[in-house]
Amino acid sequence: MTDRKQDEMTELKKGNKIPTVKMREQDPDERGRNFNEVPLGYTPEQAQLEASRCLQCKKPKCVEGCPVEVQIPEFIALIRDGDFDEAARKIKETNTLPAVCGRVCPQEDQCEIKCILGVKSDPVNIGALERFAADWERERGTIKIPEPPPKKGKKVAIVGSGPGGLTCAGDLIKIGYDVTLFEALHKTGGVLVYGIPEFRLPKAIVQSEVDYLGKLGVDVRPNVIIGRTVTIDELFEQGYGAVYIGTGAGLPLFMHIPGENLNGVLSANEYLTRTNLMKAYKFPESDTPIFVGRKTVVLGGGNVAMDSARCALRLGSEEVRILYRRSRKEMPAREDEIHHAEQEGIIMDFLVSPVKILGNDEGWVNGVECIRFELGEPDASGRRRPMPIEGSEFRMECDCVIVAIGNGPNPLVQQTTPGLETNKWGLIVADEETGKTSKKGVFAGGDIVTGAATVILAMGAGRKAATAIDQYLSSDGEW
Amino acid sequence: MNEIVKREALSKDVFRMEVETPLIARKRKAGQFVILRVGEEGERFPLTIADANAEGGTITLIFQAVGKSTWALSRLKEGDEIHDLVGPLGMPTHVERFGTVVCIGGGIGVAPLHPIVKAMKEGGNRVISIIGSRTKDLLILEEEIRGLSDELLVSTDDGTYGFHGFVTQVLEQVIERGEKIALVVAIGPVPMMRAVCKVTKQHDLPTTVSLNPIMVDGTGMCGGCRVTVGGETRFTCVDGPEFDGHRVDFEELTKRLSVYKKQEAKAMEKYEHECALGDKMK
Ligand SMILES: Cc1cc2nc3c(=O)[nH]c(=O)nc-3n(C[C@H](O)[C@H](O)[C@H](O)COP(=O)(O)OP(=O)(O)OC[C@H]3O[C@@H](n4cnc5c(N)ncnc54)[C@H](O)[C@@H]3O)c2cc1C
Ligand SMILES: Cc1cc2nc3c(=O)[nH]c(=O)nc-3n(C[C@H](O)[C@H](O)[C@H](O)COP(=O)(O)OP(=O)(O)OC[C@H]3O[C@@H](n4cnc5c(N)ncnc54)[C@H](O)[C@@H]3O)c2cc1C
Ligand code: SF4
Ligand code: SF4
Ligand code: FES
Repeated sequence: MTDRKQDEMTELKKGNKIPTVKMREQDPDERGRNFNEVPLGYTPEQAQLEASRCLQCKKPKCVEGCPVEVQIPEFIALIRDGDFDEAARKIKETNTLPAVCGRVCPQEDQCEIKCILGVKSDPVNIGALERFAADWERERGTIKIPEPPPKKGKKVAIVGSGPGGLTCAGDLIKIGYDVTLFEALHKTGGVLVYGIPEFRLPKAIVQSEVDYLGKLGVDVRPNVIIGRTVTIDELFEQGYGAVYIGTGAGLPLFMHIPGENLNGVLSANEYLTRTNLMKAYKFPESDTPIFVGRKTVVLGGGNVAMDSARCALRLGSEEVRILYRRSRKEMPAREDEIHHAEQEGIIMDFLVSPVKILGNDEGWVNGVECIRFELGEPDASGRRRPMPIEGSEFRMECDCVIVAIGNGPNPLVQQTTPGLETNKWGLIVADEETGKTSKKGVFAGGDIVTGAATVILAMGAGRKAATAIDQYLSSDGEW
Repeated sequence: MNEIVKREALSKDVFRMEVETPLIARKRKAGQFVILRVGEEGERFPLTIADANAEGGTITLIFQAVGKSTWALSRLKEGDEIHDLVGPLGMPTHVERFGTVVCIGGGIGVAPLHPIVKAMKEGGNRVISIIGSRTKDLLILEEEIRGLSDELLVSTDDGTYGFHGFVTQVLEQVIERGEKIALVVAIGPVPMMRAVCKVTKQHDLPTTVSLNPIMVDGTGMCGGCRVTVGGETRFTCVDGPEFDGHRVDFEELTKRLSVYKKQEAKAMEKYEHECALGDKMK
């Protein structure tokens, strides 16, 4: 009998008997008015119960689904046996930010989709278990600072403190490099702090990860814009042996339809930055204001759109609608977020797209003109192409529009770094396995190379680049 | 870091500060700005680098206290540190040997004009500067600009000093006396820049303006600073702040500057209340 068959048999016998343990959550009515985290996590008993559902497969499919190959059955067994600290350490062998990934990974497309239990019933809640172990370790202060390794006497600069930059910095400091982490904003964490809201990823968690890097000896320098304050070439002149660029996809795209510059029309980046990074939800206790519409319309269907809509609701908008060009099935957002948004009362209009944003004489938005779509033949991405239905135009009233249709690469570093090759979308060209770019000593990874993707992929890229940087700096400068 | 090494009041609500920030001082060019935050919960707001001392590692900021953030900054003393300071941001002023350049500054706009006058002069141009304010007491940097310019003309709206009237009227006089003007640079309140552009358009004089929309990050990440120039959307913090004045949609800019009026008033009210409480405690 094959392993798989055997697993399925065992599953029938045992796995299905225990229903999946759901994480406790804040009540939808309650949470729509606060920025506290929505899922409340497992209790130790719940975690152990969920962990006992895992079949401990010999050839675990789940691991194949994880971009950084977290040793899933191993860490789950440790949770099952009550050794939570060891479980956290096991995960951290391959994933430096488990408290983050447990919360924001699209598990339904990665590890959990491959879980064998999913064939007949619900897969193991791998993300929730990962989160549990990491939270346990952090909250009890059992995180150990490893002995500092012997110094290599070589300096590496990391540009951008998103998940990719943080991972690369962590890996390099642990093997003895002097690492400086440059961040343009006043706070480190990239999208984890300015984009993803508090109710999905508490900022204290990101901060504790950055603090940990600080304790390991990483020199963290916020308020430095590479390309403006210092250029990449100047970093080499200052004695850095290698540079990792992890500047992300931070440039907000607009639809280029009439009315986009009306007052009350904001990019999702602006809306989320004001809300999360600048804490506008505490205004006037914090200084940064935000405009809250009575009726808010969000354009887009990804995580960015969900986050914007759910922030709008929490800021006090009476009605929040998401307009998406395709159908629910094609929505790229995490399943959990779509589900949570629906629960909270956010209205979703599918197969609809705006053609024009309407405004009053004072320059404030007062509506959107939309057109309906139907799904046609599948396009290059395999998703059915939305086709506009002629004559289906209609008007929707609103006083705030948030544009969440995607982000492109910020061109600053590319423009100020001669010899750094980019492609037609302005993304940096880098080798997938090593992160090597066209410029000697310069590595890149994450959203600035792939375009907007995921936290775990950016982390994977940071890790691969760290390995390649070590090899490069240990060789005699071969490229 | 970011220590205020010198602070002085230029008028009752205009302040000059020299701030220690060696990296920015060395790097910055005319026309660029910084973004700062005064406290842990502070707002990010932009100020032009009015001058810099590369050797001494300091930059000069000149600002008018108009709301909560700028008032909070004005209350810092010598020896205090500015919580966050990042830059230099924006594209530097394009400087070449144009010929005669007329530099016009209105109100607090004279501060951002200062480094441009300097750069234009150093770039080998003949510089005629026109600066103006509502009234004599509000006029700033007169001696500095005079020292850098080939000619300085001054106006006040109420006639308390210099020409009685607007900077645009002075500009018209300069045009009428037959100056061969290669470029006009105008910085000040939106209505002033708009008026200057109206005049220069009639005379076909290339005109650069420096725009001041509301900003958040200053790195091209939020799009809050977008303006329409020549029918296209541009981000002021990375594409500007200087643009061809004849192509700027000033009406849209004026409207966009008013987005947070209500909230700004609320923040100021709370701040004044807290300051009053603080003063009482002393
Ligand atoms: C609102 C939102 C929600 C998301 N939700 C999810 C989710 O649920 N799950 C998921 O897996 N992914 C999600 N993503 C995507 C994920 O956040 C990104 O793919 C990931 O953060 C990319 O990491 P990165 O390291 O490449 O860069 P980023 O996280 O983008 O960080 C880049 C950093 O570099 C800094 N920087 C830029 N230019 C410079 C410069 N010149 N000098 C110095 N610093 C610079 C930036 O300020 C930023 O801090 C979401 C994205 C957004 C915007
Ligand atoms: C690139 C750039 C360079 C600048 N350089 C200088 C400078 O060198 N010196 C200086 O004094 N100011 C400068 N400003 C304007 C300065 O940023 C604002 O005055 C400041 O943000 C106001 O913050 P506040 O909290 O004190 O006032 P707020 O409470 O935000 O506003 C108070 C009042 O000021 C108006 N206001 C707000 N923001 C702006 C703005 N960006 N431009 C004009 N009016 C505004 C409001 O409409 C309101 O009436 C610059 C702006 C930009 C974009
Ligand atoms: S890192 Fe993400 S994909 Fe990998 S096991 Fe954890 S939750 Fe799953
Ligand atoms: S999580 Fe699923 S696939 Fe992975 S080992 Fe457990 S039962 Fe098998
Ligand atoms: S200030 Fe955010 S893009 Fe310019």
